[in-house]
Amino acid sequence: MLKYILVVCLLAGPAFAVEPDELLDDPVMEARARHISKDLRCLVCRNENIDSSNAGIARDLRLLVRERLVAGDSNQDAIGFIVDRYGEFVLLRPARSLSNLILWASGPVLFLIGGAAALVYIRRRRPVHQQSLSEQEKQRLQEIMDS
Amino acid sequence: MTAEIGHFAILLAFAIAIVQAIVPLVGAQKRWSNWMDVAQPAAIAQFALVAIAFAMLTVAFVVSDFSVLLVALNSHSAKPMLYKVTGVWGNHEGSMLLWILILAFYGALVAWFGNNLPATLKARVLSVQSMISVAFLAFLIFTSNPFERLIDIPADGNDLNPLLQDPGLAFHPPFLYLGYVGLSMSFSFAVAALIEGRVDAAWARWVRPWTLLAWINLTIGIALGSWWAYYELGWGGWWFWDPVENASFMPWLIAAALLHSAIVVEKRDTLKSWTVLLAILAFSFSLIGTFIVRSGVITSVHAFANDPERGVFILGILTVAIGGSLTLYAARAGRLASPAVFSPVSRESALVLNNLLLVVATAVVFFGTIWPLVAELVMGKKLSVGAPFFELAFTPFMIVLAMVLPLGAMLPWKRGKLAKAAQPLWGVLALSVALGALVWVLQTGGRMMAPVGIILATWLVLGAVADVLSRARFGKAPLTEVLRRVRNMPRADWGKATAHAGLGLTIFGIAAITAWEVEDIRVAQIGDRYAVGGYEFRFDAVRSLPGKNYSADQGVFTAFKNGSEVAEMFPEKRFYPVQRMPTTEAAIDIGLTRDLYLVLGDKQPDGGYAVRVYIKPFSNWIWIGSIVMALGGVLSLTDRRYRVGVAKRKQSVATVAAE
Repeated sequence: MLKYILVVCLLAGPAFAVEPDELLDDPVMEARARHISKDLRCLVCRNENIDSSNAGIARDLRLLVRERLVAGDSNQDAIGFIVDRYGEFVLLRPARSLSNLILWASGPVLFLIGGAAALVYIRRRRPVHQQSLSEQEKQRLQEIMDS
Repeated sequence: MTAEIGHFAILLAFAIAIVQAIVPLVGAQKRWSNWMDVAQPAAIAQFALVAIAFAMLTVAFVVSDFSVLLVALNSHSAKPMLYKVTGVWGNHEGSMLLWILILAFYGALVAWFGNNLPATLKARVLSVQSMISVAFLAFLIFTSNPFERLIDIPADGNDLNPLLQDPGLAFHPPFLYLGYVGLSMSFSFAVAALIEGRVDAAWARWVRPWTLLAWINLTIGIALGSWWAYYELGWGGWWFWDPVENASFMPWLIAAALLHSAIVVEKRDTLKSWTVLLAILAFSFSLIGTFIVRSGVITSVHAFANDPERGVFILGILTVAIGGSLTLYAARAGRLASPAVFSPVSRESALVLNNLLLVVATAVVFFGTIWPLVAELVMGKKLSVGAPFFELAFTPFMIVLAMVLPLGAMLPWKRGKLAKAAQPLWGVLALSVALGALVWVLQTGGRMMAPVGIILATWLVLGAVADVLSRARFGKAPLTEVLRRVRNMPRADWGKATAHAGLGLTIFGIAAITAWEVEDIRVAQIGDRYAVGGYEFRFDAVRSLPGKNYSADQGVFTAFKNGSEVAEMFPEKRFYPVQRMPTTEAAIDIGLTRDLYLVLGDKQPDGGYAVRVYIKPFSNWIWIGSIVMALGGVLSLTDRRYRVGVAKRKQSVATVAAE
């Protein structure tokens, strides 16, 4: 049941993910293309990258990425080219922009706040150094023990 | 008749649930024991009625009664019997009924086995549990009736999605629900304790087994789902950080935190209000998960807006349950202060750090999951948050957790010395780093993932071994004494070491598959023989193969290593005519050190076939580790302190009797 919707997407086309005819001859450039593909979203899919998607649009994007790399783009340029056309939605790793600040900062900030709170809590729990008994108390103790 | 009996049973269960939610609660408040006594028979009756309803729906599926809308939509007469039965929960309505069945089942368990609970606490727990029942039964009855009849009865059904016709997925939802819904028990105990205004070691001892049970099932459920994705989806991905996966992962993380903090309450009578908060949060994340899965809100805000009925209903349940319990918490948590003290270097502090890391990690998953929704609603921006984000933002916390775990696990309660606790671990640390360095040297320029993963995995697994050995005073006491100590070690300690080692194994599998996977994509002609990552593959033939409710093209491959045959492999491309859906069935040669993973693709114009081959090193350790973790939970659950002399609250017998 869990992957139900994901599944529907995987079957969007008869093709299956990266096809042999898409591969670039240069293995280094192909590796770069695969790397980029893992960060780009298949637009019609649910949370799936173009590298593993069967959908037609994913294939188009994979070919586009390779086209840009062959044309001499850097990884960043190629991604920028696609974002310009398809919007930020295509990025599976959201841009580290001001609007996404909360998203990116949530983990570290919560860790710091939580860590500080935990530290305060732990320090407060520290056993207070036991004061030794006063003369009077010792005497009283002796009385109790004797009785 | 069956559907009508089922429908009637559900309505009756709803009425009983309402009574069970109100009467015992009032009784506990007023100290009327006959009102409190209503809870027990009501809980059992509620379970029996929901079970009847579930059985009736199952019968409708088994006999293919297509006059029931749900059966017509999701079943088919030619479907194998196993999938007729599991098809009951392969759809929204049926899976909600399963959800409620498990909820009622847990309530009945408390009714049956909760005789050692103080009367007021038991009445309140069952009442709170029943409030959840009322909400979900109402949801089922008013928005998702599984027993709806059709006037025009179709000749045959629509069939179940072929991808769900799989043993791995058939049993994935029941385990997941046993986990999700099991956390309702911890929640009910937490809310009941807040109403009572008392949390003590006995309470923690009652809560922990339920949480443990839920966590074990969640672990198995998540592992099954991941394994299913691995072999069924056709390229061996095993975790996607999909919202629906995250929905089950968040309760798992919080339940893990709760398990650990409950130990502190039990052993040291401190961290009480935090533990109660975690119990509330754990089930809240279950509810949030249910909302995410059922409302479709994450897939598309528009889909949600177009058909909001179910989503809004669950959102209502969510708001009342979380808002209500947190309000109660705010009002009552102050009463849960504890006088216990511990030094900054102690097991208590280590478990606080464990909780901090797990909770922050959960928060990261939560933010990542809802961020697209927030961005669209608040900023009007459409954006995606996928695996690359989670790998970057979530992983560091898990790495830190793994780094501190073995040391924290060996610190004594109350007050410890780092140097003394670390002493048995120096050897383990040296060995782990040496292994990591070796891997780093051998793989020449590969990803850092592998060495780091190996260091952490070795550190965790051997750290767990060192924990057991040092408890047995290995190397310090005579061997007979060591053996006696090993024999007498409580199951809970075995469980702890086992579960921690399991985490190490899973980390190892993840690191290995991420760093060392080999992939080959090509057009292969029949008769071709080619090498991939130390193996050779021969493409022998393609033949057609009829299935019970599908037709298939099957490839025949032979795999070789060093010239000798290792395996024959038969990848398939299936077509399910009723759903008009093609699927690929990968051929996998399973092994402890590697899986050979082979997928047959489309026929090419030149007569060849697209073929994908993966060598996936140590992939099975991901799930072996999960099962070992679950096994650790089972060991801990069978500890004798939960069976013998279970949690007698010192004054409770006297106070309840006097009241």
